[in-house]
Amino acid sequence: MASRMAVRSRPWRPNLPAFFRVLTLSIVALIVFVPVAMTVIGGLKTRGEFMTHPYTLPIPPRWENYTRILGMPSFWIMLRNSLIVMLGATGGVVLVCSLAAFVFARLNFRGKPLAFNFFTLGLMFPINIAILPVYLVIRQMGLPNNLLGVIAVQIAFALSGNIMILRGFFMAIPAELQDAAYIDGCTALGFFGHVLLPLARPALSAVAALTMIVSWNDLLVPLVLIDKDSLWTLPLGTMQFQGQYGQDLALVAGFLTLTMIPAIGFYLFAERQIVSGLTAGALKG
Amino acid sequence: MRTAPVIQDLLASPRPLSWGRRSQDNLTIVLFLLPGAALFLVFVIYPILQSGYYSLFDWNGFGRAVDFVGLDNYARILTDQVFLKALSHSLVIVALSLTLQLPMALGLAILLGRDLPGRPFFRTVFFMPYVLSEVITAIMWLGLLNPDPDRGFLNALVVLIPGAEAQAWLGDPDKVLMSVFVVLTWKYFGFHMLLFMTGLQNIPVEFEEAARIDGANRRQLLSHVILPLLGSTIRTSAYISVLGSLQQFILVWIMTKGGPVNASEVMSTYMYRFGFVRFWLGYGSAVALVMFLICLTFSLVYQRLAPQREHLGGY
Repeated sequence: MASRMAVRSRPWRPNLPAFFRVLTLSIVALIVFVPVAMTVIGGLKTRGEFMTHPYTLPIPPRWENYTRILGMPSFWIMLRNSLIVMLGATGGVVLVCSLAAFVFARLNFRGKPLAFNFFTLGLMFPINIAILPVYLVIRQMGLPNNLLGVIAVQIAFALSGNIMILRGFFMAIPAELQDAAYIDGCTALGFFGHVLLPLARPALSAVAALTMIVSWNDLLVPLVLIDKDSLWTLPLGTMQFQGQYGQDLALVAGFLTLTMIPAIGFYLFAERQIVSGLTAGALKG
Repeated sequence: MRTAPVIQDLLASPRPLSWGRRSQDNLTIVLFLLPGAALFLVFVIYPILQSGYYSLFDWNGFGRAVDFVGLDNYARILTDQVFLKALSHSLVIVALSLTLQLPMALGLAILLGRDLPGRPFFRTVFFMPYVLSEVITAIMWLGLLNPDPDRGFLNALVVLIPGAEAQAWLGDPDKVLMSVFVVLTWKYFGFHMLLFMTGLQNIPVEFEEAARIDGANRRQLLSHVILPLLGSTIRTSAYISVLGSLQQFILVWIMTKGGPVNASEVMSTYMYRFGFVRFWLGYGSAVALVMFLICLTFSLVYQRLAPQREHLGGY
């Protein structure tokens, strides 16, 4: 028993001393950091400093870029639009996917495998490929230049993956609970609302966190569906901003930094949920 | 599945409740599937089918599509040198991802191991680019790859090497695809590393103990135990990587617009150019369908070839 414990406490390691492992990983980490660090540093310089001393630290830091961007009404409008789309898409995905996933995980009916396969078809047709067909339909429906159209398309293309993720989580909830609820006179709906959803909160927050990131970062759908600048989302605005102020690299860097901060902050806050959602989607689906 | 007998027991019970329950369940099924099915039909399935129809027309998007050309659009796509170039570039990115990006991600996951000091920190850092938007990534790298050493940090480093000259990373047709691939790797290796880390974690420690008791050294442990048990994770990661590489769009479009002289054109930039810039909607629809068929073929072949049941490492 003692020797078994000893083996256990010495798990497998690659054939490199830990020091070299950490060194290698640190170099990679540095490479990952460089683009982000350069952007943040650049944003703290004036336009002139950026030209004359592109690679020095911003001492003293200049906040002019930030005050200028934060003083633009368009920045706040884009932020608002991005928030609307993100909250709409996330709420929609969580609601619609948990309803469907519940049926596939917990109820039986004729044609269930067929219906499930139908939903997984979406995995074969990602938005990057479908964008032109989708644009045509949105145009026919009179939904261009409407944030609702963006939200609906984002939800529709998130269905397949998230239904599969949630179905996996829902199936892991013990069947005995459902039996007990039914014996107590609970309907399927009651079981879903009173037992399953509260128990599945970690899964729901994983799906929500993942959808928030995807929606917040999405450029393609708003790029194609929106051309009124009062409806631009942040990614769309970022692209246009770069086109408009491309010569003032310090200002662009400041803008990038400002739009990066929410994403990185949210990532650090919800890393566990994002990671569990992604790995569940990829490896269990 | 395990609930079925109980439900049937209840249904078989003489109490009048049973009928009510059954129709209630059916109502639940319909109501719960309805919103998803409606969104899916309207915004995913119907657009595909409709584009299949439009792809048979020469149509510029104004008025109704009346100029029926049969399969001409498809014939034209498959003989267009630019499309074939775009297809080959997409395949080059697929090949580079499979041979460079995934092994690198796997190597890093193995280096991180189970208990390395600082493991959570490295994981957080390596995965961070994945959560940054493609727009931000593209614009940041546009700056880094600037051909002028006073503007682009990469060239500032390059000119420090004696004898080396600044390169037009995105302006040189021979280098642009490789540069794009470097940016794609920067953004996506963390995602694959994460999958591999999860896969490694799911290998029971007992297997490693057993191998060690049998006298396996570390290299043998890696090649005979760890990698075979990671099989399903590696396949999944490769599958996601291939599909992702085939449909890459925003990064390429913002950094190069497919240029110079189509040297970084990929399938989706080609579709965007014809569909949204030139507004040849019939032709663009056909391109979308061709891309769809390529991805679908790949998926079907993959599902055919991949083992149906994964007993080990598949959880």
